[in-house]
Amino acid sequence: MARNRVAIVGAGMTKFVRRAQETAKELAWEAASKALESCEMTLDDIDAVVIGTAPEAFDGVHMKSEYLSDGCGGWGKPVIRGYVGGGTGVFAPIQGWYHVASGLFDTVLVVCEEKMSSCQPHPQGAFLTIFDHTTERPLGPNLLWIFALEMNAYMTRYGLSKRDIALVSVKNKRNAADHPAALLGDPNITVEDVLNSEVLAWPVQRLDVSPVTDGAVAVVMAAEHVARRVTNKPVWVEGVGWCLDTAYWTNRDLSYPTYVEEAARMAYKMAGITEPRKQIHIAEPYDPFDYKELHHLEGLLLFDKGKAPEATALGITQRDGDLPVCPSGGLLGVGNPIAAAGLMKVAELFWQLRGEAGARQVPGQPKRGVAQAWGDLMQVGTVIVLGV
Amino acid sequence: MKERVYDTVYLSEKDFETGRVLYETWVPNARYAWDAGIAIGRYLAELKAGRLVGVHCPSCGRILVPPRMFCQDCFVPTDGFVPLQDTGTVVTFSICNVRWDMVRLEHPLIPAVIAIDGASPGMGILHLLGEVDPQAVRVGMRVRAVWKPPEEREGAITDIRYFKPLE
Repeated sequence: MARNRVAIVGAGMTKFVRRAQETAKELAWEAASKALESCEMTLDDIDAVVIGTAPEAFDGVHMKSEYLSDGCGGWGKPVIRGYVGGGTGVFAPIQGWYHVASGLFDTVLVVCEEKMSSCQPHPQGAFLTIFDHTTERPLGPNLLWIFALEMNAYMTRYGLSKRDIALVSVKNKRNAADHPAALLGDPNITVEDVLNSEVLAWPVQRLDVSPVTDGAVAVVMAAEHVARRVTNKPVWVEGVGWCLDTAYWTNRDLSYPTYVEEAARMAYKMAGITEPRKQIHIAEPYDPFDYKELHHLEGLLLFDKGKAPEATALGITQRDGDLPVCPSGGLLGVGNPIAAAGLMKVAELFWQLRGEAGARQVPGQPKRGVAQAWGDLMQVGTVIVLGV
Repeated sequence: MKERVYDTVYLSEKDFETGRVLYETWVPNARYAWDAGIAIGRYLAELKAGRLVGVHCPSCGRILVPPRMFCQDCFVPTDGFVPLQDTGTVVTFSICNVRWDMVRLEHPLIPAVIAIDGASPGMGILHLLGEVDPQAVRVGMRVRAVWKPPEEREGAITDIRYFKPLE
């Protein structure tokens, strides 16, 4: 299939905060303007806009992307919004990629925004309706249940302890201490802090999970002939993949994310990656909960099933390890404004591969990275491979 | 990359404590009347009669629960309801101390995925465990449905109060 080469040429973001004073639209503008400024482009240079944002129920605004569109630079332009739950933040640049790869547009501005703090008394309320209305909702479920059930399935299958998993939370919150936009960076956090935090829904404790966050992230994507004019350091999209599993989640093996593997295989094939463990230098898997980073590293074929915890304990996934994982600090450290959190991972790869990550810079001049997000009813995997 | 981060304005803990926050509030009035559907309609009718049922897929031969009009793997119609037992095995569980709005519960809930006997391997449903010490629950535990008395049943998943350990 003939496709045009596509690069990311600019990125910008807001701070990730518990509650922003800005409206959702203002946050979108802050990120979008920072991304344009980073590559010295203006809105006039942009052909089309992709908006990524999670449920309308967070904001209480129907047709939320239309509401956001002015802040995203969407006025008078072709605009599309994709929505695949938590997977949205990596799906949005995939949409940006096919807008440009198809030859339809030369430049696309991708903006992901989330303002979770508006939803009262707690934005978990916005998620309650993902459960089946007849067979599940009468049991009074909350969103933590599905994570707790999945985490327990993973721990039981491989005989893992809470301590094995808490190491991820410690690593990511420490990494985030070096991120200028982070909500939860903590250079001194320990495993004991995680293990002693409040038990919400066993095995999930307070510090196993990323909190409610407001924020926005934007990237500029361009066709090769534009990218080479705009920057001498384009970061190429080498592969994309996405996959959805069945919504009959109680019938699935919850200890392994098969849909992430399918999405990764699609992206690796496109990128010509045959040995991901050798050819990928940085990974930014989705980590709204600490066990999810481990789960997703295995789904991304970067570690054998059940072996990601051991690799974490050995320090392989530290920023200076053999495979740095979430050098940004991830959702556990930087914060979790749903769609924006996924695009934050893509922006992190952009900065890392250009050598611009500052105190977070992974040593050894990394050449290729993978970012992944996950969502819906534990069923979608979205994967993007970037390289220089 | 510090210069790529907008200097976003945000509220401090003190702002929350001292009420320096302007709110405009709105409560949605969203009411829905859902149809149970072809397959779940029968499932509910059987629950009212004190029975669990699955469906058979003529293509893969699996017995699926919850029942469905079509097998999503084979994408063909299922061809009939199959009686199941009201016993099963805990596939995974949680001990949940909080409500959806993060208010602490006085008594924890124990949600579980329970693989139902008589259905194909791995065919679980979401339900609750009861009459059990939360600390004693284990993956692989054998459980049985505790039904509401017939006069209280209304054709709902809650016609099973919870599942309790088999002796």
